[in-house]
Amino acid sequence: MSPAETLLSGIGVGTGSASGPVARMAPVPALPAPRAVADPEAETAAVRAALAAVAAELSTRAARVTGAAAEVLAAQAMMAEDPALADTAVVAVRDDGLDAPHALDRACATFRQSLLAAGGYFAERAADLADIRDRALCHLLGVPAPGLPDPGHPHVLVAEELAPADTALLDPARVLAVVTERGGPTSHTAILAKALGLPAVVGCAGAAGLTDGRPVLVDAAAGSVELTPSDDAVARAQERERARLARASAAHGPGRTADGHPVALLVNLGGLAELDGAAAADAEGVGLFRTEFLYLDRAEAPSFEEQRAAYRRVFTAFAGRRVVVRTLDAGADKPLPFVSSADEENPALGIRGLRTARRAPELLDTQLAAIAAAARELDADVRVMAPMVALPAEAAWFAGRARSHGLASAGSMVEVPAAALRAEELAAACDFLSIGTNDLAQYTFAADRGLGELAELLDPWQPALLSLVAATARAGAAAGKPVGVCGEAAADPELALVLVGLGITSLSAAPACLPEVRAALTAHTRARCEDLAALALNAPDATTARDLVRERVGG
Amino acid sequence: MTLPATVTVRTTVGSASGLHARPASLFVQAAVRAAAPVRIGRPGEAAVDARSLLSVMSLAARHGEELELTLAEGAEDGARAALDELAALLRQDLDAAGQVAR
Repeated sequence: MSPAETLLSGIGVGTGSASGPVARMAPVPALPAPRAVADPEAETAAVRAALAAVAAELSTRAARVTGAAAEVLAAQAMMAEDPALADTAVVAVRDDGLDAPHALDRACATFRQSLLAAGGYFAERAADLADIRDRALCHLLGVPAPGLPDPGHPHVLVAEELAPADTALLDPARVLAVVTERGGPTSHTAILAKALGLPAVVGCAGAAGLTDGRPVLVDAAAGSVELTPSDDAVARAQERERARLARASAAHGPGRTADGHPVALLVNLGGLAELDGAAAADAEGVGLFRTEFLYLDRAEAPSFEEQRAAYRRVFTAFAGRRVVVRTLDAGADKPLPFVSSADEENPALGIRGLRTARRAPELLDTQLAAIAAAARELDADVRVMAPMVALPAEAAWFAGRARSHGLASAGSMVEVPAAALRAEELAAACDFLSIGTNDLAQYTFAADRGLGELAELLDPWQPALLSLVAATARAGAAAGKPVGVCGEAAADPELALVLVGLGITSLSAAPACLPEVRAALTAHTRARCEDLAALALNAPDATTARDLVRERVGG
Repeated sequence: MTLPATVTVRTTVGSASGLHARPASLFVQAAVRAAAPVRIGRPGEAAVDARSLLSVMSLAARHGEELELTLAEGAEDGARAALDELAALLRQDLDAAGQVAR
């Protein structure tokens, strides 16, 4: 292998590094073209053998884990070996002349449909059948099983891109680092890696050539993947990692700069599954509580009572601390059958966020009422904010509605350039502003935030993005209203210094990212942060901005 | 001795969230161990094989719903006891961890 091929580059996520053997995630196989069946007995035998193999595989995995995970896998193994599943496939071969892959596909789809139709807990198991179908299809086609690899030892996970479903199953005890071929700085993989505190390199096209077992060294700060690293390189990386962890664990408590200027450090919260981890984090509260999880994958909006119960749990866990609840951000990539219009040609620019609420105000009213009811029962410092605000009038409308429900503090997200450009009027119309840097970058640069190829435009160090952050922070300061940042930018310790220098008053990120951000703040005065901000703001491009600040910080 | 006719026992679903994956798999495991094939369904509707987890789950039986367990004519007489055991199992809340000895 030539020297040029021993170092792959991509977009680093986080600041850590890790080394270990590669384990690849295999893609889901496509159904091959149908073929004429000459020997039905051979087709049915192949289906039965594939399902038996999947059942055995799942039982083996079930035996390796305990508790709820073991029960779920054991139940899934029972489904794979269920005679009714094989019989349905056999009927498809005998009566309709389907080949083994298509008969299997139909049988799994049949039961999947009936579980989906049953709804509730039953529908949640429909994904098990999709997984059985994929696994059995792999056996039929003689290709590796799809999904997360399970080599039985710690590994560097390499994939084309991770889906949200994969990320929920990822075991941080086994995965040392993540490398994906696609994805940008705000992709699912990046967000997950941050949440788990795993070093990651995304948008790394060269990762396509990585094979199972290959030793690699992943350096998130450098955005590089070194192939077959020397013992020396691994040892140096481990030393840097030890120093980084020591720095991060040295500072505790509320965020402040070296000269005592307070910067609230808050966590992002996306669902009740994350609640325990978020509440246990050393943070001053929740800076972004995304409420979409209550609404997704359902035919009707959640009831007042159901919502109140969920909010009560969050406010209980954060008793005495701040919780900023973002109201429903539906539309675009998160369509809901009960509000979204089906035929938008350009959903990212369509009826989403607060625009949905203006179209269906009863949804927003139910949500605000449930938040207010739960807030009255508990002593958390509850604030609400609206997503996708473009006009000061929208901010005023939302604040008025929130107050009518008895919620004293109502803010606006700044994700649309228009909102940042008129931040003074926006700040005057509500109680606080919170900049969502991921969407603000997407709309400022007209670049789809999911496209790895546009990663350069989505880089949170882009000086144009920082200009909008600066304008918003200035407007907030003039109006005496706090301005926070709750996008991925807040998780980068060096960029966090720049944001504070621009006048940002709170930073909200995944819990795992806060210790390093806190440590960076305690090491720099506010004046120093202002110098760094000027450096980044005046840089000609994102790379130069990052390099200049890093050089000055001495990282 | 074999049964001269089909035997049917009625029972209600005791599991708090219905006969979904966990309760259904505990029930199906017991049905597999039973001395004779048992069918399960709503009274007056087509019954399914109680040894098939997917079929049992596809019934989408909710908490408190009445179900029928049936032994076919010609089953061993001793299978009747298994039918009663299965009916009793369904009446329990199989969602509550630790209630069922396995």
